Amino acid sequence: MLDIALPKGRLGEKVYAMFEAAGFECPSIREENRKLIFENPELGIRFFWVKPSDVAIYVERGAADIGVAGKDILLEYEPDVFEMLDLNIGKCRMAVAAKKGFKDNTDTTLRVATKFSNIAERFYREKCRDIDIIHLNGSIEIAPILNLSDVIVDIVETGKTLYENNLEPIETIVPISARLIANKASYQFKWEIIDKIKEGLSKQVRD
Amino acid sequence: MQIDSTILKSDESTALRLRSLYNSFGYSQYKMSKFEEYALYVKNKDFLVSDGIISFTDTNGRLLALKPDVTLSIINNSKDVEGQVQKLYYDENVYRISGSTHSYKEIKQTGLECIGDVGFDEICEVILLAIRSLESISSSFVFELSHVGIMETIFNELELSGETKKTVLSCINSKNEDDLFKLVKEEKLSLTNAKKLSVFMKSFISFEEAVSSLKDVCGEICTEQLKEFEDILMFLKQFGFETKIKVDFSSANTMSYYCGVAFSGYVEGIPTKVVSGGRYDKLMKKMGRSSGAIGFAVYLDNLERYNFEQREFDVDVLLLHSGNTVMALKTAENLSKNGETVRVCSFVPNGLTYRRLIKLEEFLESEGK
Repeated sequence: MLDIALPKGRLGEKVYAMFEAAGFECPSIREENRKLIFENPELGIRFFWVKPSDVAIYVERGAADIGVAGKDILLEYEPDVFEMLDLNIGKCRMAVAAKKGFKDNTDTTLRVATKFSNIAERFYREKCRDIDIIHLNGSIEIAPILNLSDVIVDIVETGKTLYENNLEPIETIVPISARLIANKASYQFKWEIIDKIKEGLSKQVRD
Repeated sequence: MQIDSTILKSDESTALRLRSLYNSFGYSQYKMSKFEEYALYVKNKDFLVSDGIISFTDTNGRLLALKPDVTLSIINNSKDVEGQVQKLYYDENVYRISGSTHSYKEIKQTGLECIGDVGFDEICEVILLAIRSLESISSSFVFELSHVGIMETIFNELELSGETKKTVLSCINSKNEDDLFKLVKEEKLSLTNAKKLSVFMKSFISFEEAVSSLKDVCGEICTEQLKEFEDILMFLKQFGFETKIKVDFSSANTMSYYCGVAFSGYVEGIPTKVVSGGRYDKLMKKMGRSSGAIGFAVYLDNLERYNFEQREFDVDVLLLHSGNTVMALKTAENLSKNGETVRVCSFVPNGLTYRRLIKLEEFLESEGK
């Protein structure tokens, strides 16, 4: 049985639709109920919904053989997994944003508020910029407004939330999209079905 | 008294089997101290599996570390003797940050090192022992083999810049072809070179296909390394391991220390690699040594829960007595001779589960004592 961790929510539904179109369907998943695990014994696959940020943990620790996780999560937590395919959905970018008209004053430490401490730290280390990371768990946009930070590092999809809060993106760190990931040990033993799924999904990927 | 081997956990029994295996091939055990000079590890930090080293100051002011690795210490304590090979194995606990928990852990590790005038015989022997180590854990295993020398030759030939090289290595490590070809779009890599490098992202089940694909890509520039790799594969074929081995370069990404063969081993049911090793002449050179070296480590920490069966009962027998300690213990000894586990108590402990309850006085009466 191949265990597949899908991210709960809108992205997960899109991902499941791709699995379905690739021939790896599990009809019971479409039923209205509160179940979290769905099995298709004929195909030998089992899907389960987990919090999007937890998919990588399930896969890295082998509780799921494969899964779909955002590149942001992979860059932040650096799980030791195979990154099999860029699904080209859930597209957005990791960006630095600040209050409109912000000018980086390089003679002081830059205060950076973010949920993605690792990504932010790496980005500014490469630039040799001295920063002070302020780790927040949500409502990051409010930090520069209340002068908690100078800039924020966060995911930007359309930029609407930023503009509504008088902020603007000033630099892109990395483009983000959903990736098919696989546990390295599971791949050694279940490579045939994993490769088939990869191949099937790659046909569903749109530019 | 005979030891009941069923009480051993999977990691404990495997460690004993491995010690016996390495002993049988003439390897001697290397016993190291818990603490080593911090400088030894900090100078070779990149070689360590994780960054974190637990350090502390000794009573005389020396900075020491709780050993995060065994190989560096073995190299430090061995000598270069021309024409000679030192064969050592170890069974130690190391202290480092665990990849999945991101916190310090005590990790049980067994492994062996072959240091000195390392030639084809030693390479084959070490690979054979690495495979036998996996086999001693389970018959369902996969052994991944690659050659860092081949990869390095191509990297040098393609003259990749520092940053691009780092990204390419990370793509190979995670089999991330999409991001490799994004380098082409970003004009950091030519399409021809990206296609050449994508050979390292494949997982070959057939030795012949692996060799022929590698020859297509680098046959002209790394004849020597390819010949060595092919000879090793042919050697393994003669042992009938073909179905258990894959040619896969995803774990061959440490070019600064390794130079020849590199390998990893996986056991079905364990979510991380169990065996990891390779030829590390470059590390020897960095440590001022002229000899070659090859070795591997078996990570036993993940074996603790492997084949782990929850016991149905805490004990087989709960022996209750009302003050006759001598007879209670004598009876317990007799019962345990039959292989039963016996807990002697004067009351029923809270939460204890038992297969059967024996009341001493009633039991003695029924036995006619």
